[in-house]
Amino acid sequence: MMTVDAPPVRPQTRGARLARRAFLVRELGIALALGLLVAVTFAVNPRFLSAQNIKDLLLGSTILAILAVGQAIVVITRNVDLSVGSILGLSAFATGALFVAAPGTPIAVMLLAGVALGAVLGAVNGGLIATAKVPALVVTLGTLYVFRGLDYMWATGRQINAADMPPGFLRMGTDTVLGMPVLALFAAAVLIAVGYYLRHYRGGRELYAIGSDPAAARLSGIPAGRRVFAAFVASGALAGLAGVLHAARFGTIDANAGLGSELNVVAAVVVGGVAIFGGSGSVYGAALGAVLLTTIRAALPVLGISPFWQGAAVGALILAAIGLDRALSARVARSLRERNVTHV
Amino acid sequence: MPPLLTLDGLSKSFGAVAALQDVRLELFGGEAHALVGENGAGKSTLVKILAGVYPPDAGTITLDGQPLSLSGPADARSAGIAVIYQEPTLFPDLSVAENIFIGRQPLRSLRRIDLAKMRARAAELFARLGVRLDPDRPARGLSIADQQLVEIAKAISLEARVLVMDEPTAALSGVEVERLFAVTRALRDAGAAVLFISHRFDEVFALCQRITVMRDGRRVSTGVTQSLTVDAVVRQMVGREVSAMFDKQPAAIGEPRLEVRGLTRHGVFADIGFTVHSGEIVALAGLVGAGRSEVIRAIFGIDRRDAGEVLVDGAALPNADTAAAIKAGIALVPEDRRQQGLVMELSVERNATLPRRWALTRAGLLFPGAESRAAATWAQRLQVKAARLTDPVATLSGGNQQKVVLAKWLATAPRVLIVDEPTRGIDVGTKAEVHRLLSTLAADGVAVLMVSSELPEVLGMADRVLVMHEGRLTADIPRARAGEEAVMLAATGQAAAA
Ligand SMILES: Nc1ncnc2c1ncn2[C@@H]1O[C@H](COP(=O)(O)OP(=O)(O)OP(=O)(O)O)[C@@H](O)[C@H]1O
Ligand SMILES: [Mg+2]
Repeated sequence: MMTVDAPPVRPQTRGARLARRAFLVRELGIALALGLLVAVTFAVNPRFLSAQNIKDLLLGSTILAILAVGQAIVVITRNVDLSVGSILGLSAFATGALFVAAPGTPIAVMLLAGVALGAVLGAVNGGLIATAKVPALVVTLGTLYVFRGLDYMWATGRQINAADMPPGFLRMGTDTVLGMPVLALFAAAVLIAVGYYLRHYRGGRELYAIGSDPAAARLSGIPAGRRVFAAFVASGALAGLAGVLHAARFGTIDANAGLGSELNVVAAVVVGGVAIFGGSGSVYGAALGAVLLTTIRAALPVLGISPFWQGAAVGALILAAIGLDRALSARVARSLRERNVTHV
Repeated sequence: MPPLLTLDGLSKSFGAVAALQDVRLELFGGEAHALVGENGAGKSTLVKILAGVYPPDAGTITLDGQPLSLSGPADARSAGIAVIYQEPTLFPDLSVAENIFIGRQPLRSLRRIDLAKMRARAAELFARLGVRLDPDRPARGLSIADQQLVEIAKAISLEARVLVMDEPTAALSGVEVERLFAVTRALRDAGAAVLFISHRFDEVFALCQRITVMRDGRRVSTGVTQSLTVDAVVRQMVGREVSAMFDKQPAAIGEPRLEVRGLTRHGVFADIGFTVHSGEIVALAGLVGAGRSEVIRAIFGIDRRDAGEVLVDGAALPNADTAAAIKAGIALVPEDRRQQGLVMELSVERNATLPRRWALTRAGLLFPGAESRAAATWAQRLQVKAARLTDPVATLSGGNQQKVVLAKWLATAPRVLIVDEPTRGIDVGTKAEVHRLLSTLAADGVAVLMVSSELPEVLGMADRVLVMHEGRLTADIPRARAGEEAVMLAATGQAAAA
């Protein structure tokens, strides 16, 4: 056979390095945007960075961030969960109702009950998607209304007030540990746990694989149905948790808790760089996206921008995020196409 | 010796199409077995049944004397069957190493993935295959050949007892094929059974001890390679005499049609210059990764060029503008049909007429009649085997998809035709037909630029062979002097032939 002499060893392709860095670039980009926004607002009004205001910002971001983490898990698999707002609402109302019925319930049990309720509702989503073979968008659009309907039926116009809930529980919504709000610590714990799982466990990597190419996932023997089901259960469970935290933070709950928040959540995820077609992005990005959206809402009034412009600002941000993603991925794709095999 | 794996009475239909009928196949440990047949003969269907992707309508699979029932790809894998599918099944967003080990990544404490070990093992596999591919890069953007190399690494990493390879070499050139064979022979000699599918007979005869021929979903024969000849196998495949190679018809070489001067893309290729005249077929040869596909992508304007110019009939083309390239009369048949050639969900006729929608419109409206007539003409010339032209392309066999890609671009009546691996996965009969077509087009004055990894095709078709090595043009060999050795030497960078 012919002999092949070894070409000089070429350093690894620029593309690989760039692709690796692209993740960082993406999350750094959001962090930078956030920093810039805070700095500008601070310059206009130094009170924007008072301890109290920072605490409010963190508190405000918490619930959205938890929902965004759950949503990111689902979006990574090339699905979407529009029912999270309704799940949050049901879970929040259930929390209040349970306190009314059994005033002595320990907080830990309350949290578990919320998570369990959310998980069951998530399982309904996942089960429908797996059995009916209907796209998640349609199924969760349906359950968005169904779950909210259940909430209305249950609440029948009632409202549960702070007085109905134990003070210890309500304090959880405002307390701080070493200056950090307890709720934000919840969100951070959830974020780190999920982020670690997605990066370091087979199940987590398979979620990315499914979103990256569903057909190839099937051919590779990945239990795609089971994994997607689990993703919806996780998203539901996190929405359930968010519902309990919502009750603790706001104290008064009616059947409208979390109404319309699903679009905010999807916006946070997209702004955070999770590709809507699945396969890429991280929960860290999604959480940063949630913080950024919340901060914008808080900053615009300080900057003297009319609330009418808030929606437009969020919209512009989403478009900018998508534009940035396109530009980045085009760059990466370009350099990835550089000669990548060399013979030894 | 009893067979390691036996398939018996296997049948499978897709609607009215009987893809497999009562097929029997025996694979022995320590032996490589070839499966050959025309496009649509049912080879890939058999592979997918063996992989647990499709349940058979009837028939049994026996492994080691035990009946084997497969309810999914995971079952086949745990039974020790490794499969390389005809179409790469990679996850573009995951790293190359993860693609190889997905679902069975090496673990460390707490069942966490051991990233370092995974990377090291991937690098080891590539070293065995003799290629240097960064395990950390995402699979997105890999060329078809590189994707196939990753698939091969994935399959051999399974240390399987049965290794099934559906056209693994279709995009590889001689050197990579030889490396693949060396690894395959080692696995075979260690006792594995190998099922090898290819339309390249030299490979089949070099690797396999037994050959099974299929036609129209049925097994025609199984024989020992030593007692067979290429002609005999081809005859059984198509059921009639065909010449395996088309003799190129002479064409008058005319004016320069496509001129490329000093074409450069930093880090990919540099200073590429050549001219293709009307009536001429110029082949671009070289090893996988030499930069051939990248050069034609830059010519067509898919990728931006950093320096140099491209002229069609003396008029310069703007940089990175495919629309202008198409308008100037260039057509490009890409190598990666799944990503660049076809819309898998659309019908055959819709795909075949996509690039010439405007030519088929009357007053801005597209009449279905015109569309299906045009499609039918080309589908017939290329013998596309589809139940109906309205079927989605995804349901066609691999080779037939390739024919649709060709039909799509040939129907645009180009002045410069660039084809990248035009006969990848196409069977002998149609290969000759494609060659005849290219030859006729050239005779009609079209300038043809062809990238091909198949040396006989290059030598048989080209008026001139350009050879690339490591991003540079190392040889320009006229037909009279083009021989296997001259091309290979230039492709491996050992000689700069005149
Ligand atoms: N999913 C499917 N749905 C409908 N028809 C299909 C499907 N898969 C394959 N077929 C049909 O079954 C027949 C056999 O296809 P198969 O892919 O097995 O051929 P092949 O021998 O591998 O051909 P090639 O050499 O072109 O790869 C073809 O007529 C094809 O159109
Ligand atoms: Mg096939």
